[in-house]
Amino acid sequence: MAETTFGHEGGIAAPSQPVSVPGVHGESPAAHHTSTGLSNEKIAMWAFLGSECLLFGGLISTYLLYRNRSVEGPTPSEIFDIPFTSVSSFVLLMSSLTMVLAVSSIQRGDHQRCRTWLITTASLGASFIAGQVYEFTSFVREGLGYTTNIFGSAFYTLTGFHGVHVSLGILMLLSLVILSLRGRLPTERAETVEIVGLYWHFVDVVWIVIFTVVYLIPE
Amino acid sequence: MALTEERIELTTGDGAVTREPLGVFKRPTAEYGWKSWLTSVDHKKIGIMYGAAALLFFALGGLEALAIRMQLAHPDGTFISHETYNQLFTMHGTTMIFLVVMPLAAAFANYLIPLQVGARDVAFPRINAFGFWCFLFGGLFLYASFFLGGAPNNGWFNYAPNSLQEFSEGHGIDFWAIGLIITGIASTTSAVNLIVTVINMRAPGMTLMRMPIFTWMALVTQFLLLFALPVITVALFLLMFNRLFDANFFEVDQGADPLLWQHLFWIFGHPEVYILILPAFGIVSEIIPTFARKPLFGYPFMVFSGIAIGFMGWGVWVHHMFASGVGPVSVAAFSLSTMFIAVPTGVKIFNWLGTLWGGNLRFTTPMLFAIGLVGMFTIGGLSGVTHAIAPHDAQQTDTYYIVAHFHYVLFGGAMFGLFGGFYFWWPKVFGRVLNEGIGKLHFWLMLIGFNLTFGPMHILGLQGMPRRTARYAEDMGWDFWNLASTVGAFIIAASFLVFWWNVIVSRKNRIADPDPWDARSLEWMTDSPPAVHNFDEIPTVTHLDEYFHRKYVEDENGRLVPVGSSVEVHEQQHAEAVEHHAAEHMHMPSPSYWPIVMALGLPIIGFGLIYNLWMCALGGLLLIAAFYGWGLEPSVDPDAPPHDSGPGADHPDGDGDEGAEAEPDSETEVAPVG
Repeated sequence: MAETTFGHEGGIAAPSQPVSVPGVHGESPAAHHTSTGLSNEKIAMWAFLGSECLLFGGLISTYLLYRNRSVEGPTPSEIFDIPFTSVSSFVLLMSSLTMVLAVSSIQRGDHQRCRTWLITTASLGASFIAGQVYEFTSFVREGLGYTTNIFGSAFYTLTGFHGVHVSLGILMLLSLVILSLRGRLPTERAETVEIVGLYWHFVDVVWIVIFTVVYLIPE
Repeated sequence: MALTEERIELTTGDGAVTREPLGVFKRPTAEYGWKSWLTSVDHKKIGIMYGAAALLFFALGGLEALAIRMQLAHPDGTFISHETYNQLFTMHGTTMIFLVVMPLAAAFANYLIPLQVGARDVAFPRINAFGFWCFLFGGLFLYASFFLGGAPNNGWFNYAPNSLQEFSEGHGIDFWAIGLIITGIASTTSAVNLIVTVINMRAPGMTLMRMPIFTWMALVTQFLLLFALPVITVALFLLMFNRLFDANFFEVDQGADPLLWQHLFWIFGHPEVYILILPAFGIVSEIIPTFARKPLFGYPFMVFSGIAIGFMGWGVWVHHMFASGVGPVSVAAFSLSTMFIAVPTGVKIFNWLGTLWGGNLRFTTPMLFAIGLVGMFTIGGLSGVTHAIAPHDAQQTDTYYIVAHFHYVLFGGAMFGLFGGFYFWWPKVFGRVLNEGIGKLHFWLMLIGFNLTFGPMHILGLQGMPRRTARYAEDMGWDFWNLASTVGAFIIAASFLVFWWNVIVSRKNRIADPDPWDARSLEWMTDSPPAVHNFDEIPTVTHLDEYFHRKYVEDENGRLVPVGSSVEVHEQQHAEAVEHHAAEHMHMPSPSYWPIVMALGLPIIGFGLIYNLWMCALGGLLLIAAFYGWGLEPSVDPDAPPHDSGPGADHPDGDGDEGAEAEPDSETEVAPVG
């Protein structure tokens, strides 16, 4: 699974990487001692993300089932501010670009730039979360609480789960920045950044699905 | 547990850099005694703890079953109240599925997979420990409900909206939902861990199609867990939000669909059935070839039928809902898919028969249990096929016929296989063999008790006796078979006591030969019990049944010719390891407090959700603190005195797939558990 869907990055990590630094077994990406040539951590992240797909699959299905079943308002079309959410979605998607730049920087050994891009990514993620908080409060002000109707429960649960995932991602990104500042993120550990990046891209991809399903598909 | 303040040195690519240790706790060092179990990250110790905890829950679930059967022994039973009865059958089902069969399978998978693929440990030893503690705390959290206002009382599937606050007061179902989310976290982490171990940590030459069949079946099981658990996690969250925070997911007057829960639950629930049975299939597929002294008949078919079951298991869930009015198209489609899934299962049965056919059979206790599975599971499988026929199923839904069916597959299948596994691998795990005579008594008592308990339920079900009902009237004609069933339940209980008697009696039956059964797969090629690092030197694999091929060759007539006894093969292994200095300079992952500390955060959050949200914050802080403590602690303690710090000694290894404690002395005392 990992090889076919992620052959590209796998290729970066494999033979070209200088992994023969003495004494840093296991901290270096991939290459030695594993049956596939990929590192354990990377396969584990892929497996975990596979599991997450089903988690969001269940939540999105629940939302799709319930979006139009409320017995009282407000309904989705009455409440959504599509231009606003489009902007915050754009912000989140741009954070995937900066994440790629962070991974590429550390793979080239440019730690200063890596930190800059990590902080940028985290800030874009935080802007998205801020947008979500603003959106939630304005929806509540317009009369859509968590318990108001079945659409409200499904909407807040789905987007809330996604928001928690983004927040955890921000926490991981900031932890990487601190590790890097303390010199605990040497170039041989570039894969750690890459793996956090996998998680971050996954959360973004899920948002593309949620944005389409929740906001864009008309009732 | 002092603050560590000394500075440590870690070697990195750019020369030696001195770094703060950042740890809160002093690294645990105990290798023996109770403390070593709390902090252990050794897959073997964790496997033993899974087994011990699951057997404890098995006793609890068994006591619940006995109370149920006492109540039903006679018409108009008054042994327990309706409410208690509801709680007991709910907890019996939940316990046996989530806290007995799943963790027992996890026990075997944890213990055996690294040994069978020739690894020194699992890919992430600390995550492995975390998974175990999550399971244990989740189970204890669930059982705490008995003391905090009553256990869940709505059946193991807790159909919503019937499980909402207005129909089930008290917190029983909240404990159920949160407890199962916690054990779900345990299974998910353990699935990720074992998948990576199998995919990535196989010994040289161990291609996928040379893997022992148990590892294969356990691998399919882990994938099922990985994808099935998030679905029930969603369902459990929806239920919990509905009950605790007044969400509307199951409020029918708010427009909710009462079938949502059933769909989510059974999309998890049917793969779950295979999660429960496939490890047992793997176990008997190891036992039967060993005692038939033949290779497993049709190994590739066994592998691919297991994978086929893994895929098809996702396409049959609606057969649990035939009576719910899902419509004729769904019913017809899922009837067909349910009949189709009997095909790969049948392939397995015939392959076991093919393995037995013409074999030089030895009827040892593990072999009896394995044959017990083949027979009893076939009965359960056939009654399962009758449920695929929708009109037939509509008659039997919610009757004792269903109860009979799933006990034939889960007890007659899974539990027989798992007990067979206990007898088979006991010498491997503890270096002691269980008494054969008492073992056979255990088997026959269990077989008779099992059939006496669950056989009559087919008849009761066809006579219309409903499930989950605490009393039945005298004139229904159900008296005799209910009494027979109750007698059978007590015979099963007696057989379980015989098992414990055997464990106690056999604690002095040390084995001289590390391979008492003349077995086939890689785990028998090391000492019994294995050293901490499993293998002195990781063997290079050239065959399926590698170990057997080192003991025997075939002559031109296909007859087996021994080329070395098991003791000789072991001595040769040791000699080669010494020659290659393979067991020197090894570091195994160090014990750690963090897994248990982190797991402890989860039940605290659980109690917080039910009683006081501030407790959630406390649990959450503990979780985050443990997350950082864990992340900043190296997997292998750099301060640990190297067992052999030769000039080429390796440095800490993040994966733990490298190196081991150089302690070739394998006489480590492992006391029988429980």
